[in-house]
Amino acid sequence: MSAVQAPPSDLAPRVLSNDPSDHDVPHGREEEWRFTPIDKIRDFFAPGDWGTVAAASGEFVSVRPASADTSAVESSAQWVATDLPSALARTKAADVVSIDIPAEAQVADVIVVDLTAPAAANYGRIEISAGAFSKATVVLRLDMTSDISGILVTDVADQADLTVLTLYDGPRTSRHIWQWATTVGRDAQFLGLSIALGGSVIRLQQSVRYAGPGGSAELLGAFLAADEQFQEFRIFVDHNQPNCSSNVVFKGALSGESAHTVWIGDVLVRREATGIETYELNRNLLLNDGPRADSVPNLELETGDVVSAGHASATGRFDDEQLFYLESRGIPENLARQLVVRGFFVDVLAKVKDAELRDDVLRRIEERIGMEALEEQVSEDVQ
Amino acid sequence: MSTLEIKDLHASVVTDAGETPILKGVDLTVESGRTQAVMGPNGSGKSTLAYVIAGHPKYVVTQGSITLDGQDVLEMSVDERARAGLFLAMQYPVEIPGVSVSNFLRTSATAVRGEAPKLRTWIGEVKDSMAGLQMDPSFAERNVNEGFSGGEKKRHEILQLSLLKPKIAILDETDSGLDVDALRIVSEGVNKFTEETNAGILLITHYTRILRYIKPDVVNVFAGGRIVETGGPELAEVLEAEGYERFTDLAKA
Ligand SMILES: Nc1ncnc2c1ncn2[C@@H]1O[C@H](COP(=O)(O)OP(=O)(O)O)[C@@H](O)[C@H]1O
Ligand SMILES: [Mg+2]
Repeated sequence: MSAVQAPPSDLAPRVLSNDPSDHDVPHGREEEWRFTPIDKIRDFFAPGDWGTVAAASGEFVSVRPASADTSAVESSAQWVATDLPSALARTKAADVVSIDIPAEAQVADVIVVDLTAPAAANYGRIEISAGAFSKATVVLRLDMTSDISGILVTDVADQADLTVLTLYDGPRTSRHIWQWATTVGRDAQFLGLSIALGGSVIRLQQSVRYAGPGGSAELLGAFLAADEQFQEFRIFVDHNQPNCSSNVVFKGALSGESAHTVWIGDVLVRREATGIETYELNRNLLLNDGPRADSVPNLELETGDVVSAGHASATGRFDDEQLFYLESRGIPENLARQLVVRGFFVDVLAKVKDAELRDDVLRRIEERIGMEALEEQVSEDVQ
Repeated sequence: MSTLEIKDLHASVVTDAGETPILKGVDLTVESGRTQAVMGPNGSGKSTLAYVIAGHPKYVVTQGSITLDGQDVLEMSVDERARAGLFLAMQYPVEIPGVSVSNFLRTSATAVRGEAPKLRTWIGEVKDSMAGLQMDPSFAERNVNEGFSGGEKKRHEILQLSLLKPKIAILDETDSGLDVDALRIVSEGVNKFTEETNAGILLITHYTRILRYIKPDVVNVFAGGRIVETGGPELAEVLEAEGYERFTDLAKA
């Protein structure tokens, strides 16, 4: 397979090829790798004798042996690997976990997929397809005791409504390098929510493109980083179709001395993408002095003929006045702190319409921030 | 019967530039069933006094004492002071994004009362208190102080007062920024609270207007970080007529 050149833009990936030999080995000074602690993930750049991520088969969920040929989901989503780790995962994963929502299916229950990793280090190939006019919510729970280099390709067909929640939980030891690419069909709706709590290194590259006009994409993220944790979220929204919308909201809370998070929000509005709406926001809350939060929004407009285009980014220190106000009402400091952090994430989590799922995520976040009691806050906000 | 006793209180504000003395020897006693008004010009240190009593971390006490029924308030953390029976209705209440009023009220009532209020009676309690302050029930779903108008913020402070039922309440310029209707409603809320609980009130104000609704037993004039004159309600009328100038001069002397 030979490399093809992507259309020229500083934001779009340059090399599109599933063949690892077409990609350079990152050295850390490239724009897309400059924030990443390369030394901690060098083994992700060479083919390894790794295991493959699996999942229990079930309704909508199946596991099939991987093949070098382009899969139906890949070709429909027009997905091709954009860098060395994604090309390696594409060629080295032995199996593909595939979640298929048939056309017109209205799946009321949340489809929960527990991904399992048999080895200490694993490749992962996940595909999610939502058929035309279908509606479903998929949760991918990622085993965080192992390292994973994975690709997740999502294809949302015309007028489908798909929510995908990925949850990175578990001890602060494993490393996750993921590429998540989504294609949104004509008048389709996609909501992708990434919750990152565990891991020593999480690097998620998430991209969205549109297969027709009228599509809507919401990319949301909630992340908590403590000491020894590095988390990087690189968003690329490729507005390549007219009258589509994108809304990107990532919120992070950082604590400890050595936590480091990175959020890159690249939005490219191509010449043909007239009448679009785009907004992206990253907010980071530093719970103490010490952690580092990098935040870089990039909006590249090739047409001025848009409905709206904006971005915002802010990193702020935990507000002691809020703490004082709550404490002056008798609320002990620890609980006051948790209330404020929880409140910080509420608007992101309120987007999760399934109450049980929302509560599960909240419970996990609360465990991380040490909160005992689950309050009815978000349920109230949604009702 | 409760007594908040402030003796020879000196306090400084701590900023990056260092410590600046603000309170310069305050003596004041607030008792159950009585309302002490503290009136003074802007910048005289009224809010500093209120914050120091509540335990705001930006201020340090350099001299003197504060006790509540003989217990050393200065030894207590901010939340302990609230649980001991002190309440501060703030001049500038703080926004808490993502925390709803209902969640906040229940969490603080649980903390102050030492146990979670029974859900059924609690809902009625909140509803009645809100109705008394002419607050729409939808208010409970909003985030604490976020996007509140000046009047809504002050009503929300008095709502907390009526639910947390402190022994001694400090009201820091609860009247400022209120129109006449709102002032009347808020004052009625305070009066209802004191009638029901016999709490002591430290009423801090810049204007005499609120004293038409909340009758003080004692009026103190505050200037230059201390009380420069003490009298009965008639002292407020002197201030109304003559302004603070005479007293600010007094403070400089
Ligand atoms: N947090 C603070 N930082 C800096 N200066 C302060 C702070 N709080 C109070 N001050 C100063 O202390 C003085 C008294 O302020 P304050 O107590 O707010 O007065 P009042 O409430 O009577 O208007 C003012 O000169 C004010 O500038
Ligand atoms: Mg003041």
